Amino acid sequence: MRRTTEGLELGLKGEWSAPEVAGVEAALAAVDVASAPVISIDASGISRLELSGAWVLRGFIQRARRAGAQVSFRGAPPDQLRLVEQTLAEPPAGPAELASPPPQPPEPGARALVAIGRYAVRTGHDMVQALTFLGRVCITFVASLAQPRRLRPISIARHVYDTGITAMPIVALIAFLISVILAYLSAQQLLGLGADIYVVDLVTIGVLRELAVLLTAIIVAGRTGSAFAAEIGSMELNEEVAALTASAADPIELLIVPRIIGLAIALPLLTVVADLIGIAGGGLLCRFLLDMPLTQYVNRVNESISATTFWVGIIKAPVFAVLIAFAGCYRGMQVRGSARALGHMVTVAVVQAIFLVILADALFAVLFMKMNI
Amino acid sequence: MEPMVEVRGLVNRFGTQVVHEGLDMQVNADEVFGIVGGSGSGKSVLLRTILGLQRPVAGSVRIQGHDITRMSEAELRPIKAGYGVAFQQGALYSGLTVLQNVQLPMIEHLSLPADALEGLALLKIRLVGLAEDAATKYPAQLSGGMVKRAAVARALALDPRLLFLDEPTSGLDPVSAAAFDDLVLYLQQHLKLTIVMITHDLDSIFRTCNRVGVIVDGAMETDTLERIVEHPNPWIQAYFHGERAQARAGAAHGA
Repeated sequence: MRRTTEGLELGLKGEWSAPEVAGVEAALAAVDVASAPVISIDASGISRLELSGAWVLRGFIQRARRAGAQVSFRGAPPDQLRLVEQTLAEPPAGPAELASPPPQPPEPGARALVAIGRYAVRTGHDMVQALTFLGRVCITFVASLAQPRRLRPISIARHVYDTGITAMPIVALIAFLISVILAYLSAQQLLGLGADIYVVDLVTIGVLRELAVLLTAIIVAGRTGSAFAAEIGSMELNEEVAALTASAADPIELLIVPRIIGLAIALPLLTVVADLIGIAGGGLLCRFLLDMPLTQYVNRVNESISATTFWVGIIKAPVFAVLIAFAGCYRGMQVRGSARALGHMVTVAVVQAIFLVILADALFAVLFMKMNI
Repeated sequence: MEPMVEVRGLVNRFGTQVVHEGLDMQVNADEVFGIVGGSGSGKSVLLRTILGLQRPVAGSVRIQGHDITRMSEAELRPIKAGYGVAFQQGALYSGLTVLQNVQLPMIEHLSLPADALEGLALLKIRLVGLAEDAATKYPAQLSGGMVKRAAVARALALDPRLLFLDEPTSGLDPVSAAAFDDLVLYLQQHLKLTIVMITHDLDSIFRTCNRVGVIVDGAMETDTLERIVEHPNPWIQAYFHGERAQARAGAAHGA
C-alpha cells in the first residue's frame, strides 16, 4: 500500500484463495477508505486469485465506492472478479417461485396462546395417527391369523432371537444385581427386628411380582425399542417402505406384526430368566449375609409364594412387549427426510416405551389390588 | 507441469477378489478426465483410494505431487482441503440446509466472520446455478438435479483446483444432464479447474471430457477421446460402439 497525493495505491500480493481469505479480509478491512478519494489497485502481484479472494476484493471495492472513493485498476481487472459480479448479477437459473407474503407475527401476548394451541392440535393429530396405526396393526394381525403363512414364522423367529436370546446375558446380570440390592436392603432393616427370615419373602415376592418383569421391560425398551425405531426409520429414509407398499406388499404385515409378535414371545421368556436368576441371587445373599442354609431358603421360598405370584408377574410381560414394539415401530414409520429426524424419533420411541411400560405397571398394580391377588 | 493426480501400479484386493492389478492413471492440470468402466470394475474403489478413504495393497497415489498412501490422517488434512468431491447421491447432510451444507467445510477449515461465511456460501450456490431461495431448503426438499448442483457447490467451498465428480449425471433427465454438462464446462473454464469424473453417460463423455481412462481387467487404458474409441479391446469397442452408442449416433445424425 502506498499513499500518494490524491489517494491510495494498493499493490496486492500473495495467494488469494480460501485458506488465506480470512487474513486477506482482515488486511483489507484495516484499509482506511474514507480518507482516499482515488484508489488504484494493482492485482498483477497476486499469484493465485480464487473466487473467495475475488469476493472479498469485490466487498472492499463496494465499501470504498460507498465511501465516495473512485476505484480503478492498474491494468485489466482480474477475470475472477468479473466472474463473481456475473454470478451474483445473473437472474436465478430456474423459474423463480412466487413468493408468498410472510405471515404476520402475532402479538407477544397471543404468541403463548398460539404455541399452546399449536401444541394441542399437534398432540391431537399425533394421537389420532397413533390410534389409526394401532387399528391397522390389529386388523392386519387378525386377518393374518386366518392364514398362518402370512404371520411370517421365519421373521418372527429372527425377532425372538434378536430381541430375546441375545438379551439374556444383560437381563440375567441386572436381575442378579437387583435381587442382591433388595436382599441387602431388607436384611439391614429386618435384622434389627429379628425377622430376617422375611428377607426371603421380600426378595422372592418383589422379584417375581414386580422387579423382574419391570426391569426386563425397561432394558428391552432401551435395547429393542430403539433398534425397531432405527431399523424401520432408516428403511423409511431409504424409501424401502415405499418400495414395499408399491409392490403391493403390506409393510405392516411384513415389518410391524412380526416384530410385535416376536417381542411378545421373547419378553415373557426373558422374564422367566430374570425370575430364576433373581431368586438364585437372593439365595446366594441369604447364604453369605444371613448364614441361612440353602435348604432353609428354598423351603421358605416354597412357603412364601404360590403359583399366582409367578403368574401375576409373567402376565404383564406380553403387554409390556406389545407397548414397546408398538412405540418403536410407530415412531420408526414417522421418520421423514433427515438423519436428525431419525435420531429424534428413536429418542421419542424409547422415552415413550419406558413411560408406557411404567404406566401399564401402575394400572396392573391397581387392578391386582382390586382383584385381591 | 506436474500432474494433478498420478496413480502408479495400484493394486487393490478384497480377499481373493482382485479389483486393481497394476493400474496406472494420470490426470493433467486443466483437463476433464473421464473414468469409465463396467459395473464392478472398480471405479468406486479407485475413487475411494484416490480420496484416501481406503489404503491400497500396493502402488502409489500422488495428488499434486504428494503421495497420499504413506500419509497419516493429520498429514492428509491439507491435501483433502485442496480438492472437492461431489458424491453420486450428493451426500448432503440431511439435517442441514443447503447454505449450511456449503458453509460446513468453510467453518471447519477457515476462520471467517459469519457474514463472510454466508456471502461466500451464497456465491458458490449461485455459481452452480441454484437460485438464492434454494439456500434455505433442506436436501429432502430438493429435486435430483438440484441435489447434484448443491453437492458441487459444497465441493467448491474451499476454492479447490481439483474436483472429483462421481456419476454426476446419473439419475437425471437428459435435459438436466445436458445442463449439468454445461455447468461442468463452465466451471472448468472459468475456475481453471481440473475435473475427474466417473461416468457412464456417453453424452457427458463426448461433451465434457478431454481424455478418458477405461478400467479393463484391473488396469486402465488411457487416451484422448478421439483415439480411445478406436481401441481394439472388445469391452471398449462394445462400450463406444454398442447398440446404445449406435442409437445415440443415429439420433445425432437424424437431428
